[in-house]
Amino acid sequence: MAEYSIVSIMRNAMSGNRHWRPAWRAAAPKRAYDVVIVGGGGHGLATAHYLAKEHGITNVAVVEKGWIGGGNVGRNTTIVRSNYLLPENHHFYEWSLKLWEGLARDLNYNVMFSQRGVLNLAHTPAQMDIHAERGNAMRAAGIDAELLDREAVRAFVPRLDMSEKARFPVLGGLLQRRAGTARHDAVAWGFARAADRHGVDIIENCEVTGFVFEAGRVAGVETTRGEIRAEKVGVAVAGSTSEVMRKAGVDRLPIESHVLQAFVSEPLKPALDSVVTFGAGHLYASQSDKGGLVFGGDLDGFNTYAQRGNLPVVEEVASLLMAMFPSFGRVRLLRSWGGLVDMSMDGSPIITAGPLPGLYLNSGWCYGGFKATPGSGWCFAWTIARDEPHELNRAFALDRFERGATLDEAGAGPLPWHH
Amino acid sequence: MRITCPICGERGVAEFVYGGDATIERPPLDAPAEDWQRAIYARENPRGSHAEYWQHAHGCRAWLRVERDTATHAIASVALVGRRAGEGGQ
Repeated sequence: MAEYSIVSIMRNAMSGNRHWRPAWRAAAPKRAYDVVIVGGGGHGLATAHYLAKEHGITNVAVVEKGWIGGGNVGRNTTIVRSNYLLPENHHFYEWSLKLWEGLARDLNYNVMFSQRGVLNLAHTPAQMDIHAERGNAMRAAGIDAELLDREAVRAFVPRLDMSEKARFPVLGGLLQRRAGTARHDAVAWGFARAADRHGVDIIENCEVTGFVFEAGRVAGVETTRGEIRAEKVGVAVAGSTSEVMRKAGVDRLPIESHVLQAFVSEPLKPALDSVVTFGAGHLYASQSDKGGLVFGGDLDGFNTYAQRGNLPVVEEVASLLMAMFPSFGRVRLLRSWGGLVDMSMDGSPIITAGPLPGLYLNSGWCYGGFKATPGSGWCFAWTIARDEPHELNRAFALDRFERGATLDEAGAGPLPWHH
Repeated sequence: MRITCPICGERGVAEFVYGGDATIERPPLDAPAEDWQRAIYARENPRGSHAEYWQHAHGCRAWLRVERDTATHAIASVALVGRRAGEGGQ
């Protein structure tokens, strides 16, 4: 029987909720594992889950410097979508979206995945053309996309400023109805519990300080809780990728660490029942189930590891939100924060075996890592288990930068802060 | 974050545009493809001291080489690059 069910809720209620098992054990590191995953974020935990579930590899440890849910997986704007133009991207993100659709059942954990639709607004005829191109590419790949005209946008998001006085009048938009949001903490906890129940050791407060080499192969990690041997080591540490890989002697990667700020307002009555992105500036907004408006915009735009941003971006993001929704002008900001993002040189991810024997790398998620969580873990687990990429992540290799086969969705060139 | 432009003085970061890693050297035009690949895509991305270009785009428009700590945002030095390279270093 499922661990979480109406029956278990009633039984535990009768006994005062004193007998729930912890969602995951506070595991102490063993001497050796088949696979060690560095980084207990969403992607690392999902990798451990799928290693066990899809490939039967359960002698796995996830080592995490901080605590589960304390990194980007608990610090994002929770948007899930697969509305990409390039085939390599939309096939991968669509597979991830399909995993999201069955995730709560798979994990026996309510991740509150809400397919409320993601609408990208267009404000110029050229932008409508670009949206049509991307929508057609998606539909040709079997992914849902609808091009909305001005009246359809007005009906879908009644609170938008659709007046003639709007600074950037809305012409239409591209809608993906199957896209939406999910509860980010639940995703971290759900994957952690599912991995734990498969026998995976989740080791928190355990920082990797170095790598163990044997016969020219990565054979484990040195940590603040001792040496842990492993046949294979997977690294999924987002903004810390360069610093962690440097400990393995990889001193240069096509990655820069940047800060992305996000914002939550005070809770409101239901006011926005979809995810809307602005087309005349970079802003995405939704409303959480608790009522807070959740929104974010551009990167601060320079290399940083500081997990905090600058006020000009706060002002920019607030002004864009006001341009879209003047009625939110009186809403007060509850909190804002900055998260480290691993910006790749072409804006697309890296899921690959290597760059050293025994080492596997998962990185380059830019600011779109949350939606990729199940798909990334699924593909990374496949790559680690079989020592070769799945068809879905074959293009996400490091050598694409040498072969000139970059996946530059935005056409921005090798300037990570422009992706 | 505030940057002290050697020409204009201390200004808010919003006046500046980022130009990226300043340690990258452009290889000669006939250099092998690996050298170009490295220059265009491979980055050290350090946590700590980082040399980087900024342009005072909404000021004097001078290009600057800034030494900044990526963990604290503390700026160690700002110097002009180009024709007046080296002037104004702190």
